[in-house]
Amino acid sequence: MADLTTVLGPLKLPNPVLVASGTFGYGEEYGTYIDLNQLGGLVVKGTTLHPRGGNRPPRIVETPAGLLNSVGLQNPGVDAVIREELPKLTGLKCPVIVNIAGSTVGEYAEVAARLNGQPSVAALEINISCPNVEEGGLAFGTDPVMVRDVVQAVREATTLPLICKLSPNVGDIVQIAEAAVEGGAQILSLINTVLGMSIDVQARRPVLANTFGGLSGPAIRPIALRMVWEVYAALRVPIIGMGGITSGQDALEFILAGAGAIAVGSANFVDPRISVRIIRELEAYIESQGLDGLSSLVGAAHP
Amino acid sequence: MLTTVRKNTMLADGIYRLILSAPQVAADAEPGQFVHVQTAPQMSRDPFLRRPLSIHECSPQEGTIALLYEVVGRGTHLLSHLQPGDEVDLLGPLGRGFTLVPGRRPVLVGGGMGLAPLLFLARRLREAGQRPAVLVGFRRGRDVVASEDFAALGCQVEIATEDGSVGFRGVVTTLLEKHLSSEDAVYACGPRPMLSALKDACQQAGAPLQVSLEERMGCGIGACLGCACPTPNGYVRVCTEGPVFWAEEVDLHG
Ligand SMILES: Cc1cc2nc3c(=O)[nH]c(=O)nc-3n(C[C@H](O)[C@H](O)[C@H](O)COP(=O)(O)OP(=O)(O)OC[C@H]3O[C@@H](n4cnc5c(N)ncnc54)[C@H](O)[C@@H]3O)c2cc1C
Ligand SMILES: Cc1cc2nc3c(=O)[nH]c(=O)nc-3n(C[C@H](O)[C@H](O)[C@H](O)COP(=O)(O)O)c2cc1C
Ligand code: FES
Repeated sequence: MADLTTVLGPLKLPNPVLVASGTFGYGEEYGTYIDLNQLGGLVVKGTTLHPRGGNRPPRIVETPAGLLNSVGLQNPGVDAVIREELPKLTGLKCPVIVNIAGSTVGEYAEVAARLNGQPSVAALEINISCPNVEEGGLAFGTDPVMVRDVVQAVREATTLPLICKLSPNVGDIVQIAEAAVEGGAQILSLINTVLGMSIDVQARRPVLANTFGGLSGPAIRPIALRMVWEVYAALRVPIIGMGGITSGQDALEFILAGAGAIAVGSANFVDPRISVRIIRELEAYIESQGLDGLSSLVGAAHP
Repeated sequence: MLTTVRKNTMLADGIYRLILSAPQVAADAEPGQFVHVQTAPQMSRDPFLRRPLSIHECSPQEGTIALLYEVVGRGTHLLSHLQPGDEVDLLGPLGRGFTLVPGRRPVLVGGGMGLAPLLFLARRLREAGQRPAVLVGFRRGRDVVASEDFAALGCQVEIATEDGSVGFRGVVTTLLEKHLSSEDAVYACGPRPMLSALKDACQQAGAPLQVSLEERMGCGIGACLGCACPTPNGYVRVCTEGPVFWAEEVDLHG
């Protein structure tokens, strides 16, 4: 039997296939399609200090090989998540990771503090693609100083393993990755969605009520792969790779580029069973190649 | 789940009825629910997302469901090329359907392809011993489809066309206003402006109204929050809390 156990710094996963934040709710909806215990990890929706209503519809538009979304950070707030959502996830075999967001450094830290000690939480993933209201709405993730500050503040507020999820909407991803590690991130997730837009030529207006949205799906896979490659080459830090993964083969590309684990996002919408299918495909690959596991493949495409 | 095409028939210019062998869906479906259909040829993942389509008819005995769709873009264009024997991957039945209101005359109002879910609903109402009036509106006389199917169920059918070539000249909302009484229960599906006008009319008449809404979807199963519809208490998911809502639950202008 292939052993898919995966170690990412302080975080141990039963296998390297996670489901990405915002694409899997709190797992419940997918429970009728798959056995959630089989997942390598479940990253829940972005959680903020206060409840957020999210953006006006339309929030979704299909684009070539993917989609744009402007859901915004719709969520019931950290206290309601702790009260109502996390208890339903206790007893799950796969680690639950909470994705956290905020509009100020203080908010991130407070969300992290409240999640500290929650029995069902295995790690925190910091979403730094949010606008920083104290810095004129500039996204945290675009500036190395802000990245280091926000990661550091969260680091001080929690004892949980810390993942920082990087935004691709930056000039130099390695510089941002370094700042996140400096701030205390032990694992990096990349990538979040790529900023884009679509225009309705009949209405002559942007399709999304929010004008801009985040592009995801196979369309962004080459960008994501390149960024995983660059960050691995520079830092050798544990990486969760994501962006357009729809098959075991796609997952292997990320692993060979340097990702120790991968996350499936938008592909869950197309096939709610795809995460488990990818796990099976990775097992089949390991067996067909006569390997013990995947660890020898991580970053193996680098010269 | 994989289903098999029985028939895919063009009923009018660009309007098709697709009959699928789907025993499980047929056994579980309620009127107003939808299926999320993979239109991409196998392995191609292009187009990327599934397409939501209402369950138009349903025969648990035969293990079939019917979809009624208009070709508007790439996904529905691909569907129109399906042949008997082809496989179609779909999720469903999904969402919350219509609630059958006892003791009131059912009035079913459909605008364009909004009539799709109403045939299955009409059958269930007939089975419950009710006699629905069906009002359907189309842009052009040559778009008129399915009216004979409602008639065959014993429904009283009235048609409105904007070009006046068939039935009443005008919009279906005007047709409803002529009929509506406080004894009615109205079930509607169609464009947002139509539903919004119906909401005003039904409120005035004191008739309860259920509306089936459309919104762009990601997952179709409640996980992505892409299909938001505004309500007085925040957003709800059209795919899960809907697609059918009581009119007063949702903000139809938003
Ligand atoms: C619950 C529900 C039930 C529906 N039932 C029917 C039905 O029975 N018959 C029918 O003909 N149509 C129905 N529609 C509309 C149907 O989903 C769209 O016409 C279809 O998705 C268009 O796909 P396309 O690829 O041909 O068009 P494109 O315009 O190329 O589609 C591009 C994207 O926009 C989305 N989209 C486009 N129009 C709509 C729309 N009106 N509503 C939601 N998403 C849209 C598509 O799903 C796709 O993601 C329903 C919609 C919903 C939400
Ligand atoms: C509808 C939707 C909602 C998302 N919500 C979040 C979120 O709340 N927090 C976050 O860090 N990333 C969020 N993401 C980004 C995904 O987790 C993932 O990084 C991105 O979609 C790329 O992967 P994919 O191409 O496989 O979807 C969201 C993506 C989508 C499509
Ligand atoms: S389409 Fe994803 S929540 Fe409704």
